[in-house]
Amino acid sequence: MAVRDDVVNTIAAFSLFADLTGPQLEEVAHLFDESFFGQGERVLRQGVSGSGFYIILEGTAGIRVDNVDRSVLKAGDYFGEISSLLGEVPVSDIVAETALRCLVLPATQLEGFLTKHPRIMYRLLQGEARKLKNTTKWLS
Amino acid sequence: MAELAQQPFPPGRYRLIVVGSGPGGLQLSYSLSRLGIDHAVISDDPAPGGMFRRWPVFQRMLSWTKPFTGVERHERAYERFDWNSLLADEAPNRAVMPALMDGTSYFPSRPEMQKGLESFAERTGIRVRYGTRWDSTAAGPSPAPGGGQGGGQDFILTTSDGVYRAPVLVFAVGVAQPYRPAIPGLEQVPHYGDLRPVETYKDKRIFIVGKQNSGFEIATGLLPWARQLVLASPSPTKLSVDTHTLVGVRARYVQPYEDAAVAGGVIILDATIEEVKKDGAEYRVRTRNTAGQELTMAADDVIAATGFVTPLRDLPALGVATFGQSRLPAQTPFWESATVPGIFFAGTITQGSAGLKKHGIPSNSGAVQGYRYNARVLARHLAETKFGVPATRERIDAAAVVPYLLEQVSKGPELWHQRAYLARVINLDHDTGITNEGIVPLQYFLDAGGDDAVAATLESNGQGNPYPVVYVRKDGSVGEHALAPDPLLDFTGRDYHDELRGVLEPVLSGAGSPA
Repeated sequence: MAVRDDVVNTIAAFSLFADLTGPQLEEVAHLFDESFFGQGERVLRQGVSGSGFYIILEGTAGIRVDNVDRSVLKAGDYFGEISSLLGEVPVSDIVAETALRCLVLPATQLEGFLTKHPRIMYRLLQGEARKLKNTTKWLS
Repeated sequence: MAELAQQPFPPGRYRLIVVGSGPGGLQLSYSLSRLGIDHAVISDDPAPGGMFRRWPVFQRMLSWTKPFTGVERHERAYERFDWNSLLADEAPNRAVMPALMDGTSYFPSRPEMQKGLESFAERTGIRVRYGTRWDSTAAGPSPAPGGGQGGGQDFILTTSDGVYRAPVLVFAVGVAQPYRPAIPGLEQVPHYGDLRPVETYKDKRIFIVGKQNSGFEIATGLLPWARQLVLASPSPTKLSVDTHTLVGVRARYVQPYEDAAVAGGVIILDATIEEVKKDGAEYRVRTRNTAGQELTMAADDVIAATGFVTPLRDLPALGVATFGQSRLPAQTPFWESATVPGIFFAGTITQGSAGLKKHGIPSNSGAVQGYRYNARVLARHLAETKFGVPATRERIDAAAVVPYLLEQVSKGPELWHQRAYLARVINLDHDTGITNEGIVPLQYFLDAGGDDAVAATLESNGQGNPYPVVYVRKDGSVGEHALAPDPLLDFTGRDYHDELRGVLEPVLSGAGSPA
């Protein structure tokens, strides 16, 4: 599902792509597919293989583990990177809390995408570091 | 006027209206009729066939119908090899296409495809009100009992023939409205569908914007005519033979790619198109690659092979959410608008119900061989949920479940054409016994919950042969079990029996025959 032409402008404001030029943003937009999920629809399924790396364009999504809601994601946030990087099934459900528009890259393409775009890899690492910091804070 | 008077389905109120008479609309109407569901079909076209009355522009299909397979053509298993015929319950109306083809190719010509669809409609008695253009849509209280103040709603279709009303609409209007991205100057060049006769491109320099199948189809057709062909778009070309799916340029159109690879008269650029400018008798096309380098090329002709959008008219204003470049309506697993209940879709638009897209692989809902099954499942869903007509669910012995499912993943055409999208489901209800639920969208099976059940699919991960996957729902939780691929694509051997029996044992042992 090729992306809508307004996607380049939308992702230009996301921290993950903050270092990219116009043509690079356009190339990224064309590498991803666009998906839409109705309110309440599951995006990722805990324990089911074959998912991908998602970036939220519009709407909010809930992280649900064993049917318990844990956290909320919004535009510019991403999910599915852990299962994609590890080649494992997701450990949580991601559920659309509102109508949800996302960019998606199959898990098998994430490694090639990140190694080709080191600045995006760095920004993603920063995001993972923030998540780890928050989790450590929460645990302590 | 006499002809109009003889047309079926005059303006008025119906319980269900289908808009469109391409393969999607025809398949749905056929399947609804066989379930005894009254409905009207209206179409702007003069006859059956939809976009295949005009396209592909080079007049040959992209998908094959293989005449000789070792399987009788009236058998269900033959559908796996015949990607172009519509589905019929009665043997004489099955596999219409191979009998019409002239033997010069296993890709039907466009006229053969059109003839096949016309023959199917005629033989099966599908009735359509042709020449009736859907203009606009509204919603209002239903005049039917239970409607109006009672909360019932009708959709109101204003057409060139008058006003129609129905509580349930199905749009099967294709994805064939030309789309041009907002590139300065691109609005002045012809689109895919506006291609001139090929001889007018003789010895010309042609710049094609777009590197998907439509761009490569044009390039293939112009190889013997053009002096130089340039194809350009931002992302690199994918080939279906590499992706092991229909994602990417199909093998029929790979020749320009080889020509470019061995340095002939074709150039393939990964670059954004910044501007198309008319300069005297020629065009100047300015491109920029991801390294920021600009390249301006001269061309005698520029063609926009930039895709198509869904002709939804005013449905978005009614609340129908759309997404992607093609502005597809977002849909539930049963192809109902995700945002406006009562509006459904059939045909190639059903690719807007993406399913799981496991491993990034889409369904085949964009093509006849995929959406013909969606239409049959949709007809049953509408019959059950909107008309109170329950489907037959046959009993199946516990001992027969394993061989039956292995037979289905080996030969069931729905599973072969709609991988990881449609599933064969067996209900394992403790009270009513084991029953065959039929073909169900996999996403619905995984997300809707319910009694113990098993769903079998065929799946691909883009790297090799397909393999069966079984999803077992027990006590509300679903477990996924992938079986190994087989080099001969036969999953009926002893090893498969033993493995699947082991997977299903915990649920089959608890689902005995009812008392």
